[in-house]
Amino acid sequence: MKLPITMIVNGETWPLDVEPNEVLLDVIRNRVGAKGAKIGCERGDCGTCTVLFDGRSIRSCLMLAVEADGHEIITVEGIPENGVLSNLQDLFISHNSFQCGFCAPGIVLGAHELLRDNPNPSRHDVQHALAGNLCRCTGYEPILDAVMAAAEEARS
Amino acid sequence: MAIAHQFAYQKVATLDEAVEAITRAGPDARILAGGTDLVPWLRDDAIHPDLVVDIKAIDGLNTISLEGDHIFLGPLVTFSDLLTSDLVHDHLPILFEMADTVASPGIRNRATVIGNICSAVPSCDAGPTLLVLDTSVAVLGPAGARTVPIEEWFLGPHKTALAGGEIVTGLSIPIPPPPHGAIYLKLQRYQGEDLSQAGVTVLVTGDNDFRVAFGAVGPIPARAHAVEETLNGRELTDELIAAAVGLVPGAISPITDMRATKEYRARICEVMLERGLPAAVARRDGTGPAYGTRLI
Ligand SMILES: Cc1cc2nc3c(=O)[nH]c(=O)nc-3n(C[C@@H](O)[C@@H](O)[C@H](O)COP(=O)(O)OP(=O)(O)OC[C@H]3O[C@@H](n4cnc5c(N)ncnc54)[C@H](O)[C@@H]3O)c2cc1C
Ligand code: FES
Ligand code: FES
Repeated sequence: MKLPITMIVNGETWPLDVEPNEVLLDVIRNRVGAKGAKIGCERGDCGTCTVLFDGRSIRSCLMLAVEADGHEIITVEGIPENGVLSNLQDLFISHNSFQCGFCAPGIVLGAHELLRDNPNPSRHDVQHALAGNLCRCTGYEPILDAVMAAAEEARS
Repeated sequence: MAIAHQFAYQKVATLDEAVEAITRAGPDARILAGGTDLVPWLRDDAIHPDLVVDIKAIDGLNTISLEGDHIFLGPLVTFSDLLTSDLVHDHLPILFEMADTVASPGIRNRATVIGNICSAVPSCDAGPTLLVLDTSVAVLGPAGARTVPIEEWFLGPHKTALAGGEIVTGLSIPIPPPPHGAIYLKLQRYQGEDLSQAGVTVLVTGDNDFRVAFGAVGPIPARAHAVEETLNGRELTDELIAAAVGLVPGAISPITDMRATKEYRARICEVMLERGLPAAVARRDGTGPAYGTRLI
């Protein structure tokens, strides 16, 4: 039986009817059209489906869409302000942090959360925070470099 | 891949309503907390509930509170909540150290401590630590409320003392009298997001009362009482550590799986106890590594 829910995705209100067995990731991509959240492992292991749920990173492949009723979701599309990429995103570009970019949405959101909660992270803190985000292309170093650079610029 | 199984979803406003709903629906109803176990099981077609009862709309279930000489954890307390709680830092930093080893932020922000022990996977990280702390599990069911000592909680892989229609309403954790020291050692295949290959929590009090529990090396996380009896009341010396380590094979029953062989697990448990005992004592005495420092 379909259930009516309302969720806010990237600032826009979305009233939807969802089946109890619909997964949030699929609804965000196929019905809201925010394709930034990627379908990877679909079992919580890779992090590429990450979204911010009421401001905190979660795996949207591990949530039912009905659970999002009344909650606020930010996907990677919601990080730029007025169409301008965040400083963190610019630094990911200038550090060549990504190659195929499949992991990028999850890493952008995970790093965004980290820098918000801990503006002064050590390299180990960044590794620890992004430990659940798999990247098969880059070896992680240019990703860590960019996050450290973003923290440093925010401090200066 | 979508979830193929169809089920009804109900959001409840009180714990009594949750009990009523799952009692009425029978054994094929499930409580939904963080969903980090439940949703993968649904997707894998491993469980087939008729009804999923979401408790996240109930107010106040994510409280961590100090009640006399106990810390109380509500059913929606997540591993992330343990990491940021001042009460946990001040009174039971071992819970912080344990939570810090669980998965990664995207999971920890959702996964509840109580869901972890309800799933009762042999490698569950909360198990050994709640065991050494002599935690009481508060349960509510159709017949009313009862309390289950954590040592009677785990019955087998995915099996707990929870009876039909019952839910867990909280954990009551006695704070060991200060000074106490504790350590959780978790071996993973890599530093990052991985389930435990073997885990041990050691707790020591001011009068050298030792408590030791292992995880991921038997069907359930379990206290090592023979090890504790050898240690209790004695000053920790190299000879005493060797005697305790000698009892490890009798305290565990590891198996071989994709994460490790049983031989490796058995050996590493000895190493972890050898390192864990002096570290717990050093923490008690104020000279140990900060909580959260990995010794393995
Ligand atoms: C990628 C990934 C990595 C992980 N890494 C780790 C790890 O490193 N260490 C570790 O220990 N675990 C790990 N886990 C598992 C861990 O996330 C879960 O065990 C979690 O703690 C379960 O809590 P939950 O709130 O998500 O429970 P749910 O998935 O909502 O529920 C789990 C089970 O408990 C029952 N339940 C929940 N709450 C109650 C209640 N109050 N009363 C009665 N029944 C209840 C549910 O009905 C269900 O059967 C990992 C999981 C994933 C997906
Ligand atoms: S798709 Fe969700 S964690 Fe991999
Ligand atoms: S850039 Fe390809 S997976 Fe990370």
